[in-house]
Amino acid sequence: MIEVKNLVKTYGDKRAVAGISFKANDGEILGFLGPNGAGKSTTMNILTGYLSSTSGEAYINGHDILEDPIAAKREIGYLPEFPPLYLDMTVKEYLYFVYELRGCRLPRNTHLKEICELVKIDNVYNRRINNLSKGYKQRVGLAQALVGNPNVLILDEPTVGLDPKQIIEIRTLIKKLGKNHTVILSSHILSEVQAVCDRIVVINQGKIVADDTADNLSRELTADHKLIARIDGPKDEVIKLVQTIPGVVSIVADMQRERGVWEYNIEAVEGTDIRRELNRRLMSRNWYILGLRSSELSLEDIFLKLTMGESVNEFLADKADDLEERYKEEE
Amino acid sequence: MNAILKREIRAYFDSLIGYIYITAFFAGSGILFSVSSLQYGSTDMSGMYSGLFYILLVLIPILTMRTLSEEKRQKTDQLLLTAPISLTSLVLGKFVAAMLIYSIGVCMTIVYATVVSFFGAVSWLTVFGNVVGLLLLGAAYIAVGMLISSLTENQVIAAIGGFAAMLVLYLISAIATIIPVDWIARIFTELSFAERYSPFTYGVFDFSNVLFFISATVIFLFLTIRVLERRRWS
Repeated sequence: MIEVKNLVKTYGDKRAVAGISFKANDGEILGFLGPNGAGKSTTMNILTGYLSSTSGEAYINGHDILEDPIAAKREIGYLPEFPPLYLDMTVKEYLYFVYELRGCRLPRNTHLKEICELVKIDNVYNRRINNLSKGYKQRVGLAQALVGNPNVLILDEPTVGLDPKQIIEIRTLIKKLGKNHTVILSSHILSEVQAVCDRIVVINQGKIVADDTADNLSRELTADHKLIARIDGPKDEVIKLVQTIPGVVSIVADMQRERGVWEYNIEAVEGTDIRRELNRRLMSRNWYILGLRSSELSLEDIFLKLTMGESVNEFLADKADDLEERYKEEE
Repeated sequence: MNAILKREIRAYFDSLIGYIYITAFFAGSGILFSVSSLQYGSTDMSGMYSGLFYILLVLIPILTMRTLSEEKRQKTDQLLLTAPISLTSLVLGKFVAAMLIYSIGVCMTIVYATVVSFFGAVSWLTVFGNVVGLLLLGAAYIAVGMLISSLTENQVIAAIGGFAAMLVLYLISAIATIIPVDWIARIFTELSFAERYSPFTYGVFDFSNVLFFISATVIFLFLTIRVLERRRWS
């Protein structure tokens, strides 16, 4: 279990972390979501004892990281933003070193073999880390965090630099680990934390702007009223037609995807579903919808939404107007 | 501490620094030995031991330059500082490793003495006194070098800075001679590494000098730990 109370970290007069409090329970995967520079890594560095907080407290399974650092550190496996690898060592030598460094008591060879199979690095076990690809290096970093089977795993952007197949593998692995570990993982990708985490803490400019279950948060953050549609039909007429649908706020032609097929960003008043009406009207003119999906909120939109509350809709409408104007100018 | 110690010794020989140091030490001490002892057919090795002081001025920074700076640059300090070990054992592990590599060079001088002993009487007590003196001087220098290395991320700066720091500790007695205020000059002389080391080469084993080097080592290692500690708070 991890408990953080009112954590503050200042660098000079800049506040990197400005009073963060949260709790991660046993067997929970907590996602730390925020843009670069939001204070995610700083918070993680404080939790692992690499940095000291300016004020506030952090407990790892009841051990205060400042008062009793060695006991607290024994509970933590940490994968920092840049995996801390000795490039001149082979994977085997490196893991042996970490094993000894952490004073691990589990049977060495079987324990390390298990970890390597888990993160799929057994095929590069005897290669020098320097010669490994970014994806493998990342996984060696993850393996390092698992040595000694710590109760708490703190993973700073664990899927950065991996290819899509590896990302899925690592996510599955983290989910599996989450069953009997407390996991905190950070990311700046919304879909990633949604896919893996039970709970999400959204952090921006050193402050928590949301702390909720993944389901609740995603319900709040999906944008059914914003559609991206691919429509086969004459562009200007399609725009005119769609604008007459009740509830539509704006429609902007994005770009031509196929011959005669344009992609449009359509925004309706929040809470209205215009998909059926859109279908009906286009069908009556014999134009076809070739693709239709609701647009995902970008991280920027989420922060706007979470930090600005109601005024965000006006802001987004303004933004849509800007786009439209720019589009007209281009024409 | 064991893990750090083992890893460091390995790193010395993986990165060639260990070989370079040992080669340079053997070459330097060998030249001094043949010039000051063999050429004169003398078993008096004090010339070599006092000359080694200057060779160490250059060699020890090479030995210590990467100890802490490289960890910071490669971000591996994140592994070490978040591992369940104390800063003291981290610094001591690195110190002991550097001491062991250093001792390989120092032990070579015993071989020289053994060679000469076939041709004449060697004053073994003086030789061992010198070896102890050399080890003490090296320990203090290594601690200084580690302190400098902990202050930077750049190996080259660590090496040059270490060299400069040791040069100052050496020249401090020369500076003392031009200071008109008597008691300040006295303090400077007392703090000079050269003044403390040279009695060993004359065969004088003064316990206060032993204590001086041990204290210097402890103080500089302590400062190194404080630097690492402070970095967490900045």
